[in-house]
Amino acid sequence: MVLYFLSLVLFVMGLYCLVAKKNIVKKIIGITIIEYSINLFLILIGYRRGGVAPILMKDMSVAELVERGVDPLPQALVLTSIVIGLGVLALMVGVCLRLYEKYKTFDMSEINRLRG
Amino acid sequence: MDLFLLILLVFMIIGSVIAIETKNLLSSVISVGVVGFSLSIMFLMLGAPDIAITQMVVEILILVILIRATITTDNTAIERHADTFSVISSLIFFGLFLIFAFLAVHELRPFGEPLMRVSKTYLATSAEKTGATNVVTGILLDFRAYDTIGEATVLFTSVVGAFVILRRRGRKHKRESDTEKVGILEDADIKKDFKGF
Repeated sequence: MVLYFLSLVLFVMGLYCLVAKKNIVKKIIGITIIEYSINLFLILIGYRRGGVAPILMKDMSVAELVERGVDPLPQALVLTSIVIGLGVLALMVGVCLRLYEKYKTFDMSEINRLRG
Repeated sequence: MDLFLLILLVFMIIGSVIAIETKNLLSSVISVGVVGFSLSIMFLMLGAPDIAITQMVVEILILVILIRATITTDNTAIERHADTFSVISSLIFFGLFLIFAFLAVHELRPFGEPLMRVSKTYLATSAEKTGATNVVTGILLDFRAYDTIGEATVLFTSVVGAFVILRRRGRKHKRESDTEKVGILEDADIKKDFKGF
């Protein structure tokens, strides 16, 4: 319970950084922290106490793996999510650098002439 | 075990507080690196070695990209504070969010006892159906391979978008060729023509 709640606290801190900060790089950092917290929350939900990694070892039967292995489904989905997060971050940093070239600042309130 | 996870999570929260509140952007990026690497250790503790490895590699790439964004620019620190109204209102709403999250977390299954209705089938049949001893690989590349195709599409789109945004050569070239070869009329020429009529 406490672990779930603390990962949601991490989510809220990333959201605060995304909403209240003026710097664009800070906003990107907030999105990164949100991604981390959501991935951690999904993996925490799939954890089984005393579980082993969902890999079939040589000295282990299938029944034992079913009995002891942690949930592999959130792991597969989080693996997808992490890689997509990297691509989206690269796109965001590209937009951010282009904005800096045009306006010479990272300040969000200075960049108000968004008419193309 | 639980205590170790708790300590790591509190460490991550402290690191993200530093990342959010510090003025210098470079130290903020480094603090995000702290959060990501401790997240990788947590994945390793939670029985997910594949994700731990992926998170490690992706974290290094994120650090490289973010440092590229911050280190070439001159004035990385912004002196102006955010206006107090937005800060206070966002703090109030996020406090409300945390209260509701606290209520909602109690409705979940307790930590350490997941409800594995689908996953038990995956665990039992992965070795004989797909031939993969690593069940996560079996799910990614066989049971839910369409999901992976979608991931590759999203990744391709974002990489193409980043290239289009960041490329420098195409646009200037096109503008010169437009005015010289095709011969678009300037505003003054158009006005002169209309005066002639």
